[in-house]
Amino acid sequence: MRIPCPVCGDRDHREFYYVGDAVALDRPDPEAGIDAWDSYVHLRDNPAGVTRDLWYHDGGCGSWLVVTRNTVTHDVLGAELARKLKGASA
Amino acid sequence: MRLNSKGLINRDKAVSFTFDGASYSGFEGDTVASALLANDVRLMARSFKYHRPRGVLTAGSEEPNALVTIGKGAAQDPNVRATVQEIYAGLDVRSQNNWPSLSIDALSVNNLLSPFLGAGFYYKTFMWPKAFWEKLYEPVIRRAAGLGALSEQHNPDRYEQAFAFCDVLIIGAGPSGLMAALTAAQAGLDVIVADEDSIMGGRLNAETYEIDGMPGADWARTMVQRLSEMDNVRLMTRTTVTGAYDQGTYGALERVNHHAPRKDGAPLECFWRIVAKASILAAGALERPIAFRNNDRPGIMTAGAVRTYANRWGVAAGQSLVVFGNNDNAVRTARDLQNTGVHIAAYVDSRDDVDLVGDFPIFTRGAITNTTGHLGVESVTIEHAGGTDRIATQSVAMSGGWNPSVHLTCHMNARPTWHEDIASFVPTPNSIPGMRVVGSASGALSTQSCLQSGHAVALDVVSDLDGTATDISIPVAEDDPYRLEQLWAVPGKGRAWLDFQNDVTVKDIKQAAQENFRSVEHVKRYTTQGMATDQGKNSNVAALAILADATGRGIPETGTTTFRPPYSPVSIAAMGSNAQGIGFMPQRFTTSHAASVARRAPMIEAGLWYRPSFFPQEGERHWRESCDREVSMVRSTVGVCDVSTLGKIDIQGPDAAKLLDFVYTNTFSTLKEGRVRYGLMLREDGHVMDDGTTARMGPNHYVMTTTTAAAGEVMRHLDFVHQCLHPEWDVSFVSVTEQWAQFAVAGPKSRDLLNGIVDQDITSETFPFMGCGEVDILGVKGRLFRISFSGEHAYEVAVPARYGESFYQILVNRAEAMDGGPYGMEALNVLRIEKGLITHAEIHGRTTAYDIGMDKMVSRKKDCVGQTMAARQGLMDPDRERLIGLKPVGVVKQITAGAHLFNADAEAVRVNDQGYVTSVAYSPTLGHFLGLAFLKRGPERIGETIKMVDHLRGVVTLCQVIDPVAFDPEGGRVRG
Repeated sequence: MRIPCPVCGDRDHREFYYVGDAVALDRPDPEAGIDAWDSYVHLRDNPAGVTRDLWYHDGGCGSWLVVTRNTVTHDVLGAELARKLKGASA
Repeated sequence: MRLNSKGLINRDKAVSFTFDGASYSGFEGDTVASALLANDVRLMARSFKYHRPRGVLTAGSEEPNALVTIGKGAAQDPNVRATVQEIYAGLDVRSQNNWPSLSIDALSVNNLLSPFLGAGFYYKTFMWPKAFWEKLYEPVIRRAAGLGALSEQHNPDRYEQAFAFCDVLIIGAGPSGLMAALTAAQAGLDVIVADEDSIMGGRLNAETYEIDGMPGADWARTMVQRLSEMDNVRLMTRTTVTGAYDQGTYGALERVNHHAPRKDGAPLECFWRIVAKASILAAGALERPIAFRNNDRPGIMTAGAVRTYANRWGVAAGQSLVVFGNNDNAVRTARDLQNTGVHIAAYVDSRDDVDLVGDFPIFTRGAITNTTGHLGVESVTIEHAGGTDRIATQSVAMSGGWNPSVHLTCHMNARPTWHEDIASFVPTPNSIPGMRVVGSASGALSTQSCLQSGHAVALDVVSDLDGTATDISIPVAEDDPYRLEQLWAVPGKGRAWLDFQNDVTVKDIKQAAQENFRSVEHVKRYTTQGMATDQGKNSNVAALAILADATGRGIPETGTTTFRPPYSPVSIAAMGSNAQGIGFMPQRFTTSHAASVARRAPMIEAGLWYRPSFFPQEGERHWRESCDREVSMVRSTVGVCDVSTLGKIDIQGPDAAKLLDFVYTNTFSTLKEGRVRYGLMLREDGHVMDDGTTARMGPNHYVMTTTTAAAGEVMRHLDFVHQCLHPEWDVSFVSVTEQWAQFAVAGPKSRDLLNGIVDQDITSETFPFMGCGEVDILGVKGRLFRISFSGEHAYEVAVPARYGESFYQILVNRAEAMDGGPYGMEALNVLRIEKGLITHAEIHGRTTAYDIGMDKMVSRKKDCVGQTMAARQGLMDPDRERLIGLKPVGVVKQITAGAHLFNADAEAVRVNDQGYVTSVAYSPTLGHFLGLAFLKRGPERIGETIKMVDHLRGVVTLCQVIDPVAFDPEGGRVRG
């Protein structure tokens, strides 16, 4: 599997540390209530199809990436810097 | 026997090697198989189950029969295909799966028992008694059935892994692959051509075709020469592309040094990961045998193999030959072998109409119905339109047609498509993203169509990748139609082999179908058809055809089994290269490593680091003696310990304090410059992640320390918080773990030790407990932190790593002059347990701040990672197992880590479990064992007597529950 790191270019997946769903970017407010927090920390979809997940380029530039890929076809559809995505929504 | 025709061997260079101890001679360019055949050795192996005598069936990597063992001792290499292994001077080849010898194999008795050993035999016979399977049946079966054996010694050979990148990977260098390579290369693309053979050219080296009027092998050589002169082409021989993976990644095994004596330094094999924007599969096709009674005797081969041995190596399997086929390959074989010195005893064809003339009997509408022979074929029985004949022969060439090598196209779960015209499967288009298929692999079976498709498909790739196509003329070659009449098995009694390696016959497949194993996957597992090293490359399609017939279905509906990587066997050693022995994990050494080793300290692993466990002195016979001395030394004078392995993260920027307030449960924005604070970090689920101290070196400058174990995890976590949650914060940080060598100087005399070498005056005012600052040490800028992991008056002093080695020596020398010295991990552990200080033995991922008595450190005045979830019901339950200390109060004085706790009068069973011990030490300071443990409602039970039970070691100890801080609970020593 290859991941197109926006900083380093197309790299082998062994350079990356995988975390899980990119929902981790959307941390709830401390007062959001236990359901929101339960969902944020524990509940994940398991889609057959397109998914967005977080990969850390620890064997490279140290960037956190949001990688869009398809769990059925194994296509990697793109990768964005998490800090840019968060910057855009902030 | 060796034929006089030339072949591609070097007849001027004889090479001698041994087979089962006997010496043989071949020529440079021979394989073990061709050289043995040249020496009239037809018998090379015994079959898996029945121990039938076997010779070679093929001339390539798909060989099911002729598996041999190369080398002796630790370098022994089993299950090597004699058809692939090239000979070299001194090569030692041995047959396998026989006893006492290849020609007299005692276990060939299995052959006589074959009526009882059919499909599913193991499953049916060895069902009961159940206990017999492991003790009796399996060991016996394993000895009787099998292939080669491993040496069971450490493998001394070197293996490598490497990456390669290209625009186009071309898999196979036959006519279509070479044509595709030239087309792509001339268009300026970066090309890698990988071919499993030692010389490129594919079947052009095995046939008598001409291309543009020159012999095919010469044309191939010219093409290879042309390609090798181009800078954008990399030619990889002896390299098998073994798997197709995601995003254009291909696995390939290069046999770097199997064809020559071992060379120092040269790897035996290299496993490549080739990343290609596009690939062209030009893997050719494999010939299939025809199933007829006793078609497995040595001397019986595929027709293509007979031509390859004759044309490439100038070798024949016998002085006489019978050719049997259902297609024009059989005709070509008879033509090629005419006038070579081999006597063609008969030509047999299942078809009516055969375009062949020769001075030998030609039988049409015929078939071989049986063979005889002891250790090799001696005669064949032929039934034909005109009757039955029995003809003596030393070899048989059989051709049931060709199967395109679709394997790689199916590695991402695609299935091939049945093509009735050629009675075979062809690749389904777009099975692998970026891969196109050319030549015989795509079902284009004439040389001309191979050249044409190689060129045309390469042009498509060139256009996809924006190359510049140049004019290339397509050479002229044979374009004979592929005429074939389906014939999978000759009807009749007896055993007719399909899968030679696993001894699967037509009968076995029919029996499986009869027992209602209809799914092809089930039939494979029930009969073992298509398993082991060849994965049924010759036999799967025919087995499928017979299953389809037996179950009344068509071949496409019956379907194929799943094709998985690798295409041909890859040694685990190649896959795992760079990870043997110490290569398994990189080693990290501190700057004091050599000094510790010189003092005979046993080094223990701490993650990837190596740290001294204790420093034995003259007369000390046991680690505990050294450890006890070192603990007492720190408590009475001064000790020195390398703590560089702790993670160090340098954090700078206007928002540095915000970051720290958010990742730590407690507050760091209020920390004064020149001060250090202990901090606790949670995961977002509310459990403890790590702890450590952070020093404020300046208004916007902090230095964080992490535990050795969690250094990487904490760095990743800080990056996550900064990049994924708060990219708006203006803060930067970097790991400086390896840039600073840091040493703990601990004990009542620690300040005296440092005052002689630090320029600044160290006093209770300049460096109070939890003070820090930059200092000058013997002319070097360093950092001094007054922190303690021992409960003593202590410091940690850091210097740039390049000074670490000499600085450690200076510290140790000074300590020794004050009756102190170095101390190791064992003493460090005892010191911290006496003080109730936690490590990852306690914060093991399931404990909360509340469990370790630090819930007050979770500030409510600010948000931090884990704060919300730490407040969950259940995580603050007083019934939870919470940190306490233990000391023995009964007859038994020992506490063991991992033991469980029970009420004193309760039975030591799971339902009564009250907690568990995480850390233990013998405290020389207090004179008894100490434990840190988690106990239900622990802090409320101080003073209570409980029972510690170690079921594994058989230890039962009555303990008193005490405060975790067993020594100096007021903390006077650390401030003194």
